[in-house]
Amino acid sequence: MKRPSGPLLLLVFLLIFPLIFREGYYQHLMILVLMWVAIGSGWNLISGYTGQVLFGAAAFFGVGAYTAALLSSKLELSAWWGLPLGGLLSVAIAFPFGWICFRLRGPYFALATLALNEIFRHIATIWESLTDGMIGILVMQTFISKVPYYYVALATAILSIVGVDYVIRSRWGYYFVSIREDQDAAESMGIDTLYYKMVSLCLSAFLIGITGALYTNYMGFIDPKVVFSLHDISIMAILVGIVGGVGTIYGPTVGAFIMVAVQEIFRTGGFGLLNAIGKATGWPFMTTVTKYISEAHVLSFGLLVIVVILFLPNGIVGDWGIIKKIFVRSKKPAV
Amino acid sequence: MEVFLQTLVAGVLKGGLYALIGIGMTLIMGVMGIINLAHGQFMMVAMYVTYTLFHFLGIDPYFTLLISMPSLFVLGILIQKYLLNPLMKVDSILPENQVLMTVGIAMVLTEIARFIFSSNYLSVKTSYSSSAFYVGGISFSVALTIAFGIALLLTFGLFWFLIKTDLGRSIRAVSQDGEAAELMGVDSEKIKMITMGIGAALVAAAGTLLLPIYYLFPDIGGPFTRKAFVITILGGLGSTVGAIFGGVTLGLAESFGATYIGMDFEDMVGLVIFLLVLLFIPGGFRRLTKV
Repeated sequence: MKRPSGPLLLLVFLLIFPLIFREGYYQHLMILVLMWVAIGSGWNLISGYTGQVLFGAAAFFGVGAYTAALLSSKLELSAWWGLPLGGLLSVAIAFPFGWICFRLRGPYFALATLALNEIFRHIATIWESLTDGMIGILVMQTFISKVPYYYVALATAILSIVGVDYVIRSRWGYYFVSIREDQDAAESMGIDTLYYKMVSLCLSAFLIGITGALYTNYMGFIDPKVVFSLHDISIMAILVGIVGGVGTIYGPTVGAFIMVAVQEIFRTGGFGLLNAIGKATGWPFMTTVTKYISEAHVLSFGLLVIVVILFLPNGIVGDWGIIKKIFVRSKKPAV
Repeated sequence: MEVFLQTLVAGVLKGGLYALIGIGMTLIMGVMGIINLAHGQFMMVAMYVTYTLFHFLGIDPYFTLLISMPSLFVLGILIQKYLLNPLMKVDSILPENQVLMTVGIAMVLTEIARFIFSSNYLSVKTSYSSSAFYVGGISFSVALTIAFGIALLLTFGLFWFLIKTDLGRSIRAVSQDGEAAELMGVDSEKIKMITMGIGAALVAAAGTLLLPIYYLFPDIGGPFTRKAFVITILGGLGSTVGAIFGGVTLGLAESFGATYIGMDFEDMVGLVIFLLVLLFIPGGFRRLTKV
């Protein structure tokens, strides 16, 4: 990550990825990773750089997802219009929310975003005439192949990384970081902190909203439980941010790769490895373990939060120096 | 009018329990300066303790208070000692890492409960669970009334503890100014552990008291964590008296919302109130009274 060629190599790899891996499953995983890169970058902008921790990324994600779905189911437009419109609608939600809730600081703001998440989940569940409630909305997918979705997801991920990078290098970026470091000092230096927190939140909401709409297009089905999920979206967004590295450009990328891998390892029981061991050895014990492991992905998320915060508070990219030191000093691999 | 009074009574009784939940949260908030997002999950653990004792040993739920409260007290202390206190020394960009830590703890507790008890709905059915007595045509649920009484006792006990004892004074001192308290010879790490324990024990009491009239499943913690948060915002952050007002207000709002708007909206009422309070009286009720 230190050398400028690293991201470039990764980009080249990602561009030719669908040509190398033609199996739908790997392409699907990669699409998820790319979506999480975008969501993680959005989260990182408001939380990592501006220091206002967003616990409710799912609110914006879900609004984007529902915008796309409703465009298709109610207005019979293409769900792809949801990408720009979902992003804009998320901003339209973020604006009044930020205006009200940025009078709260630190953890209190974080909790307000959690409340926002819950409010939207309730609305989507209760307002059945519009959203069909828990039944969810089915959208016809445009493409059968995963490749077009892959490139759209890649474009979104690149847009979010380049966008965040651009913003952070600009004057705004310095304002954001100054707010994170000391809001009162920033205010007394003449920075309109409310205004710049709003800018940061709206940019984040836009990125997350776009990804939500992309999710609808790609998965073809959404319901309130999935897109407004606290664990699978909001907490996952936080994990992607903190595992990779808070307040770093490439942190969310690293985090997205790791978190999607962790999620998938638990969901499939070590990519079917445990199942295979169970079959090969014929231990009934192994099947029980496999069953428990596949149920344990939320548990693993929780444990990961605890371990990362205790030992790698700045994430893998942020604490890269520390990790490297451990590896260099003692030849043994560090845990 | 009868419906109105009935709703009022139900709201106040429920509010008593909510106050108990809120006081624990607000104590932790005052002393540690963090929001304990595992608060509802502590309650869930206590409810499972009560359920286990009732189901396997046949102990009356109210007597299990004597076991659920101490065990959660210990759990709170252990979590503070091994997971939250070490974070003070960790250097992180993100200032909210303690809050994130409590999220992680909440997830782990929920999933462990799911492993042991599965996701099924459980309940504790006692002879008095569904009985009620009538005063002037208004029905009072027996279980809820007992719960309200015990909640009141515990609240008074806590106030006596905070105001009269040395330990209580130390807790209030750390809550007002941690560094100054430390200079006066208060071991703030120890105080933090005890506060976390007390907060957990109080919410454990609420969970145990609620169980005979409620049901139980591993995900029950999340909604109650949010309720606790709404209560503390309503009452003013870190204010124990405010938490009582906040608890009763939320109880009333929920029962009026359920009666006059619709059952579906019971959970949303709290969130809407929360936003309204933020808009019009940021700082909660504490700001109105200037206490």
